[in-house]
Amino acid sequence: MPIRKQVKMGWREEIYLPELLRGIWITSRHFGRNLWGHILALFGIKAPSYTVTVQYPEERFPVPIRYRTLHRLTRHPDGTPRCTACMCCETICPAECIYIVAGEYPDRRIEKYPVSFRIDLSKCVFCGFCVEACPEDAIRMDTGIVEISEYDRGRMMYEKGDLLALEGAWD
Amino acid sequence: MTDFGIDGFYWASKVVLCLVVLFGILNLAGFLGWVERKQSAVMQDRIGANRASIMGIRAFGLFHPIADALKALVKEDFVPPTGDRKLHFLAPVISLFAVLLAYSVIPFGDYVAVAGRKIPLQIADIDVGFLFVFAAASLGVYGVVLAGLSSNNKYALLGAMRGAAQMIAYEVTLGLTVLGICLIYGSLRLNDIVRAQGELLGGWVPMWGVLLQPLGFVLFVVAIAAETRRIPFDAPEGESEIIGYFIEYSGLKFIAFWMSEFVAIIVAAGLITTFFFGGWQIPFLLEGGFHTPWGATWALSHDLVVLLQVGAFTLKVLFFIWLLMTVRWTFPRFRFDQVLALGWKNILPLALINLLVTGLVVALVR
Repeated sequence: MPIRKQVKMGWREEIYLPELLRGIWITSRHFGRNLWGHILALFGIKAPSYTVTVQYPEERFPVPIRYRTLHRLTRHPDGTPRCTACMCCETICPAECIYIVAGEYPDRRIEKYPVSFRIDLSKCVFCGFCVEACPEDAIRMDTGIVEISEYDRGRMMYEKGDLLALEGAWD
Repeated sequence: MTDFGIDGFYWASKVVLCLVVLFGILNLAGFLGWVERKQSAVMQDRIGANRASIMGIRAFGLFHPIADALKALVKEDFVPPTGDRKLHFLAPVISLFAVLLAYSVIPFGDYVAVAGRKIPLQIADIDVGFLFVFAAASLGVYGVVLAGLSSNNKYALLGAMRGAAQMIAYEVTLGLTVLGICLIYGSLRLNDIVRAQGELLGGWVPMWGVLLQPLGFVLFVVAIAAETRRIPFDAPEGESEIIGYFIEYSGLKFIAFWMSEFVAIIVAAGLITTFFFGGWQIPFLLEGGFHTPWGATWALSHDLVVLLQVGAFTLKVLFFIWLLMTVRWTFPRFRFDQVLALGWKNILPLALINLLVTGLVVALVR
């Protein structure tokens, strides 16, 4: 059986007072530095800032490139939408929030196209499975748009036109 | 002992003092709400609440306490249907009353000479000022217990019992930790204790309590933080982790409890300055002006001296308020059994030893 070594507290830790003072010193140091930075900023002097607050909505936190944001439907270089209504994304979506109605496409090599492609953003869990499942790279979640709140539930249903119109943020 | 008669002037001066102190303390308590948020934010590398604005002016978040007060005013005043209505109303009143009462004996300045008479800047200059403070603090226990009892809520009741046990435990130690101060300065009147701290030890060093009773100072700060249920001793309230005794309170009654917490901090800071840091005394500043031990004097008018002394008291109180707030945001919470063990098994014996040694030294010196 492994013997657990009993860590003995030194006299400083037993009394606890030196540790208390050390703790107060550390937080007071942070307090002093930040207060000095704020006072300097008040007079317009730039100082190294230790505050990590992002003042929304004036400032925004930069969205990382792999972050799963609002979806968009992509196009071929000639402008036609890539989506062939294969229903892979609708099938794999765990929240069942994608609704596709397929229609026949005149070109025999691209057999189908989505007559209507709707994503219910109020159900979407932003898992990214639809992006991984799509064989055509037709749906991506790289618009960089994270502010999709609405006052009306009806406006949370995004149609094909809306999704096609969005641009990628890192193209 | 008074050098003025009890007449209309006396009553008028007392009423004015009461109004001034009440105005000062209640405003400071509201201001402390802002200080708490801002200081904790600055300590934690954040900015804190800064969005409440009136007509576009943000004023560093100073309007947030006003916004809090307005929000609390328009909230529904909910009394648990099976609880006791009268006690539910009475508990925050008692809490606030007790802490305001405790402040009435703390001197915040020397006397002011008005119309040929001296008005001491202390609401109640009574012979047993020292005992009065702790008696008023004891009244605070009623507020806690009644809050828990009248809520008809098991968890509130448990929180109230925790609060009562903790406060009663630390009242005993609180009294004992500063008995050394009373032995040294030989008086229970707080103004006498403050005046005695102006005397110079060996002609050079002012006889402040912290120099003569360093252990007493440490014990007193811990005991008063625990008495006012301040983090790290806030197991009765618990905030995020455990249900406290004011779970059933909303709106204005909750604000009354919240205010009484802040006034308690002000009282605690006032007591620490009065007992250990010379109260309103500035070193080497006497009635006529500065008299330094190396012979330099600087004559000042009495009014200016009083103004400086009141300013010094205010600065000291603000410093200790800052210190108590820093302590709040630095240390983790004690577990409740650790709080009580600390009070009865660590601080009380140390306070008794301190008292014993102080008594011996005083007996030998005199």
